[in-house]
Amino acid sequence: MSIAKQDIELLRLVTVGSVDDGKSTLMGRLLYDTKGAFEDQLQAVRKDEGEGADGIDLAQLTDGLAAEREQGITIDVAYRYFATPRRKFIMADCPGHEQYTRNMVTGASTANAAVILIDARKGVLQQTRRHTHIISLLGLPHLIVAINKMDLIDYDEATFLQIKEELSEFCARQNIHDLICIPVSALAGDMVVERGNNMPWYEGKTVLETLETIDVSGHLDENEFRFPVQYVSRPQTKELPDFRGFMGRIASGTVKPGDEILQLPAGKRSKIKEIITFDGNLDEAFAPQSVTLTLEDEIDISRGDIIVHADKPPHTAKELKAIVCWMGEEPLSPHKKYLIKHTTNTVKAMVSEINYRTDINELTRDESANELAMNEIGKVSLKLMKPLTFDRFEDNRATGNFIIIDSFTNNTVGAAMIC
Amino acid sequence: MLTSGKTDNSINMIDKTMPQHKLTQLQELESESIHIMREVVAEFRNPVMMYSVGKDSSVMLHLARKAFYPGPLPFPLLHVDTGYKFQEMYEFRDWYVKKVGAKLIVHRNEDAISKGMNPNEFGVARCCGALKTGALLEALEKGGYDAAFGGARRDEERSRAKERVYSMRDSFGQWDPKNQRPELWNLYNGRIHDGESVRAFPISNWTEMDVWQYIKEENIPIVPLYYAKERPMVERGNHLIPAENSQFLLEGEEPKLVMSRYRTLGCMPCTGAVRSSATTIEEIIEEASIATRSERETRIIDHGSNSMEDKKKEGYF
Ligand SMILES: Nc1nc2c(ncn2[C@@H]2O[C@H](COP(=O)(O)OP(=O)(O)O)[C@@H](O)[C@H]2O)c(=O)[nH]1
Ligand SMILES: [Mg+2]
Repeated sequence: MSIAKQDIELLRLVTVGSVDDGKSTLMGRLLYDTKGAFEDQLQAVRKDEGEGADGIDLAQLTDGLAAEREQGITIDVAYRYFATPRRKFIMADCPGHEQYTRNMVTGASTANAAVILIDARKGVLQQTRRHTHIISLLGLPHLIVAINKMDLIDYDEATFLQIKEELSEFCARQNIHDLICIPVSALAGDMVVERGNNMPWYEGKTVLETLETIDVSGHLDENEFRFPVQYVSRPQTKELPDFRGFMGRIASGTVKPGDEILQLPAGKRSKIKEIITFDGNLDEAFAPQSVTLTLEDEIDISRGDIIVHADKPPHTAKELKAIVCWMGEEPLSPHKKYLIKHTTNTVKAMVSEINYRTDINELTRDESANELAMNEIGKVSLKLMKPLTFDRFEDNRATGNFIIIDSFTNNTVGAAMIC
Repeated sequence: MLTSGKTDNSINMIDKTMPQHKLTQLQELESESIHIMREVVAEFRNPVMMYSVGKDSSVMLHLARKAFYPGPLPFPLLHVDTGYKFQEMYEFRDWYVKKVGAKLIVHRNEDAISKGMNPNEFGVARCCGALKTGALLEALEKGGYDAAFGGARRDEERSRAKERVYSMRDSFGQWDPKNQRPELWNLYNGRIHDGESVRAFPISNWTEMDVWQYIKEENIPIVPLYYAKERPMVERGNHLIPAENSQFLLEGEEPKLVMSRYRTLGCMPCTGAVRSSATTIEEIIEEASIATRSERETRIIDHGSNSMEDKKKEGYF
């Protein structure tokens, strides 16, 4: 591990690539070259011959479960950690096959940046477009494309530029504004952590330099204040007989004592009295801090309510439309009842209509679709049992998403982004 | 948030070295852990916190105090005691639990202990199975807990890299790697059927280094065994085995004093120490930052290629 440093930032990443594009090798390379892998872990995956990275199956460093090692493919989302003196990284490693779209959506949901792998010999394939589309649906601000296996095309600059050109055009149409293309050889180590000597023509940053410098803030604090109430604290102890505090994590925006607030969906008003933390009261708090709020007035607030600034309320409605990625074994079908969990609120819902299903390879819409099978993505209309307070996903990632739960099996069967 | 002790005045959160409205990675992890704990307490009927007395438990307990401040902890702590823990662990446990005002439940598999279960005669797997896994499942059932916080981290071991924050267990407490729910954004699905339960891991995203850093920043007390001192040890292969409990020494093994410390704390017969001169938290961090061996390596139980995954399937956390 790298030098201990306390004031570094966190970057959450998702890495995607189809089987054999070299994703595990790339991640293994990052772990190995940044000393994020320990000697005994290396020992366990060392091949008999050789020393150093040459003698190590880099992919084995990241492929976890026994089933996976047997099949030699990544079948679930695995989380990896490494740090440099500048940043700490959490990488969600996702398989890229179409039948694992749901895993990719899961991995991308918590990330601020995506790394997509392309095999330089194959260029931009249908799968690359699919991956890019999903990254854009999930609203990730940065996309890094590692054009891998450059060693197998003699580190040819023209091929790299051609792939980059094609991607840029596609991404512009997909609403991805920060696209960074990097030529790499994960196996040989070129442009991952070290620059290597094989691509003097490339003047951009290496993969690691890029990861260490892209903007990670997400600008959460610049958005409107949203505070979903998680838990109402009423200790009723001798010291705190009448205390009532609203505990939660600020989803977006900032808040100060004295701010005029609105509780939704009921619509009661009050003012912030105190922002309490274990380390003392705060003059200001911001996303994504976890705090406890007290109010000037005794109004009735419970889990599932949301506290917002009075002048900037979100939408409250009993109907909504959302882009859904289906994850359940049984298809999503109209008129079936589900539960949705949105912020800290769980509400019964019914699918009233499937507007369309996206062909995630062709990126066309099928408006005659009447169900969504596992790994399919589409737009649906939902009717809710009671009013829900939300933002559009485009306006606010945190209050614009929800999961769909099958009320019979209790499984999580869908991920949704409100339109 | 990462200053220790409390002040009466409002404190200005924003450290001058950080740009405004930005959290350090530790502050972000802290906030995420607090969010997870509050979700569990809000959505489950009867949660409990597994407290192993080790450094990860110390951090988890500290986070829980922060999460529910100014109120008391809304759940008890559960220590699964194998009877083979270090004396310092018992002393620390009783002192610290009292200091923070938590309620502690200690559970032991008395049946197996009275029959003399031990790793040397019965093997490590059977001993852990009875004294840890068996005792834990017994305690969870006895308390009727539907959620149990655990201090496991995903960086500890390869099979843990895919563990969820909410890990579903069937009515036998077992984990099925193929039947885990996807976890999206920060939305955790805590709906369970009767008899099922959840293990919740609020420090999933922390690394060993994060834990040490946080202990330092927050001045969190830890068992003195983590600090280096001259201790009686025997050398067995690559391991340093504590000689305190002479009944577990093999024939011909001679204890000698070695300047050493523990990176993880388990049971005395199965926990190895490392040679070290780190007597302060700063020195431990220094050491951890150049360590080339992962901490689990000093646990005898993990070796063998899929062992942790197999144990988890049986219900070990
Ligand atoms: N020549 C070459 N081979 C590579 C490179 N990266 C990965 N590979 C090989 O491609 C194969 C698949 O790699 P792996 O990392 O398992 O791919 P994954 O399925 O995307 O995780 C392995 O045999 C790797 O050694 C590279 O940059 N150059
Ligand atoms: Mg792989």
